[in-house]
Amino acid sequence: MAIIWNEIEEGTALPRLEKRPGVTQLVKYAAGSGDFNPLHHDYRFPQAKQLGSIIVHGRFKYAALGELVSNWLSHRGRIRKISCQFRGMDFPDQPVVCTGKVKRKWEENGERLAQLTIWTENAEGKQTTPGEAVVVFTG
Amino acid sequence: MAEHFEITDAMRALIGKETPPWTYEVTTTSVRAFARGVGYTDPVYFDVEAARRAGYRNLPAPPTYLGTPVFIPGSSSDTFSTPTAGVPRLDHGLPGLLDGGVETEYLADICAGDALTAVTRLRDLQTRASKALGTMLIATVETTFTNAATGAVVAVQRGQAIYY
Repeated sequence: MAIIWNEIEEGTALPRLEKRPGVTQLVKYAAGSGDFNPLHHDYRFPQAKQLGSIIVHGRFKYAALGELVSNWLSHRGRIRKISCQFRGMDFPDQPVVCTGKVKRKWEENGERLAQLTIWTENAEGKQTTPGEAVVVFTG
Repeated sequence: MAEHFEITDAMRALIGKETPPWTYEVTTTSVRAFARGVGYTDPVYFDVEAARRAGYRNLPAPPTYLGTPVFIPGSSSDTFSTPTAGVPRLDHGLPGLLDGGVETEYLADICAGDALTAVTRLRDLQTRASKALGTMLIATVETTFTNAATGAVVAVQRGQAIYY
């Protein structure tokens, strides 16, 4: 069921979106985004060898946070602003759990807006990609 | 990794410099490719009829997708697909690169069929000391995306590149 502005309040949680991107998913993301940095698909790449693994694209996690918000809005609103910081690396075949909550809701110039705190969590519960979004409700 | 790194006048002179405009295309195929790359199952990003029913004029660009830069061998980065032709070079000599963070501000809808004109400018250079990575250079870059048909700015993206 799609979320509506009247039903949310400060602290309302967004439904979790659990991802576990494997190498094939990262290859698809490389093709879709145009980011062919070998650090995200080639285990022989020097930086990957140094780390002991390839790593998930930071921008994949950013886009996944976008999917979290998109799924929650179910096209009854639009994203005005979305941001994140890359604080920790994530590795293939490990959980990247996208989640968030409503930080604030308000009306301004006849628009219904909400600010969200969003983040990804790894298997240890560490927030590797904290971020924020502002959405405007249209439906 | 650098023990001592200083921002030179030549580097500082690049702050505010703009790249030449470059076209980023948003097509039905590129929207589907990005949506598959993220792992979406929402039909609105794949099926034009579903997108129209949801109120869009065509497949909408998924959040954080701002089109695919036109790729021209010799004028585009073979690794990142982004334009390199005429882009001011920041000669810092640091070998390592990390993505620090990113913010996208939307001013209008972006859908398949749109061509966007992107202009990037270097906004700021800072250094920061890190125990693990030595002295890091943090470059803040801003790209403005304009709908080529209407001339309206549709999105502004700010990113932080960390060189070490």
